[in-house]
Amino acid sequence: MIEKKIRVLAAKVGLDGHDRGIKVIAQALKDAGMEVIYTGIRQTPEQIVEIAIQEDVDVIGISILSGAHLQLLPLVTELLRKEGANDILVVAGGVIPQEDIALLKECGIKEVFTSGTLTGDLIKFIKENIIKRE
Amino acid sequence: MDIVKDLLKGDRKALARAISMVDNEDLQSKEIIKEIFPYTGKAFIIGITGPPGSGKSSLINRLVYVMRKEDLKIGIIAVDPTSPFTGGSILGDRIRMQEHNSDKNVFIRSMSTRGSLGGISNATRGVVHLLDAFGKDIVIIETVGVGQSEVDIAKNADTTILVLTPLSGDSVQVLKAGIMEIPDIVVINKADLPGAGISQTDINIMLDFKNKRTWRPPVVQTITLNDVGTQKLWEEIKKHRRFLEKDDYLAKLRAERHQKDVLLFMENIIKTKIWNTIMGTAMFEEMITKINNKEIDPLSAAQEILNSIDLTNHE
Repeated sequence: MIEKKIRVLAAKVGLDGHDRGIKVIAQALKDAGMEVIYTGIRQTPEQIVEIAIQEDVDVIGISILSGAHLQLLPLVTELLRKEGANDILVVAGGVIPQEDIALLKECGIKEVFTSGTLTGDLIKFIKENIIKRE
Repeated sequence: MDIVKDLLKGDRKALARAISMVDNEDLQSKEIIKEIFPYTGKAFIIGITGPPGSGKSSLINRLVYVMRKEDLKIGIIAVDPTSPFTGGSILGDRIRMQEHNSDKNVFIRSMSTRGSLGGISNATRGVVHLLDAFGKDIVIIETVGVGQSEVDIAKNADTTILVLTPLSGDSVQVLKAGIMEIPDIVVINKADLPGAGISQTDINIMLDFKNKRTWRPPVVQTITLNDVGTQKLWEEIKKHRRFLEKDDYLAKLRAERHQKDVLLFMENIIKTKIWNTIMGTAMFEEMITKINNKEIDPLSAAQEILNSIDLTNHE
């Protein structure tokens, strides 16, 4: 049996074409030994959830810099619940005001990483928080 | 097993989880394959290979549109490399296929090579079985970007397609052994770039020279960005499939594949047994010391060790 790899979906949601940040994150997670699937930009919440299911990921990391996080991120977690896939850890990052973070956490976003976060902190958070499925 | 029942009923979450188990060589994966194997053999398997950036994923994206018009259910396995340094990977093939993300009859799974060097991962065959049993009519395997010698795909696909780009080598490159010998269909993608005609001629000359064969691979020009040549390619794939099915070639091909599978599995089982039996034993360490002191050569040492251990025991 091979050591189980952590599979991560690096996702961009909504009308947002800024992908430098998510690419940096994807590379950092790859270098941390994870398998990172990148969705590409401008995905709908439905598409992200469908990809997460097909790829059987442990983590979804959503990058959003458009300002629509309060509209789009809860849709993702709600769809995951509907699909019975809410055992997937969901984290978000990007340009997100401090005062919105509590709201997002209420909707099931486990943590929000804003600019200035060290990649090492994100990796540590993922490793400590993924649900070990067996 | 519940997961197998759910998979056979068409539950894509069960399929996704079963793929992970096979990919991880989970203890249950053997049982899963055992139970689904009777349901396999219906899907037609298409392998797509070629150098990095030649347009394999984009071409698959176009092909899927054409296949979906015929209401075929499609499974795609997209393989990208695992880092030999960290074990991590970036699986980016499905970015080119995102238009199909909301089509419930298209299931795309990204996999990393996890140490395998033949262009696909060791678990690929098992995942093909899962998609086949799930009810996919077509399973497409996209290899990692390959160089000259990664030819494992040809042993796994019914139709192997090699995707090249114009002027990716002169007429000597196309003569070389390895990758140029495996395709059933050759695609020259990005055919709007200069030199597509020259490449096509070079490849055609090479293919015409090989007269001792029953199937002469066609060379198809495509431009995935503008959706040029996709329909033609699909017609050629169907032609090849008809050719395979006509004289029972397909059955023979698959029988050969099963034979190789069994041999490979036996090899792996014995390898593991040897590993488990001798690693860390004093006898093995002593033998290594002897080799270090030039008292024995490695091959003789291997024979001596094998003669002294019993491999018939069951783990």
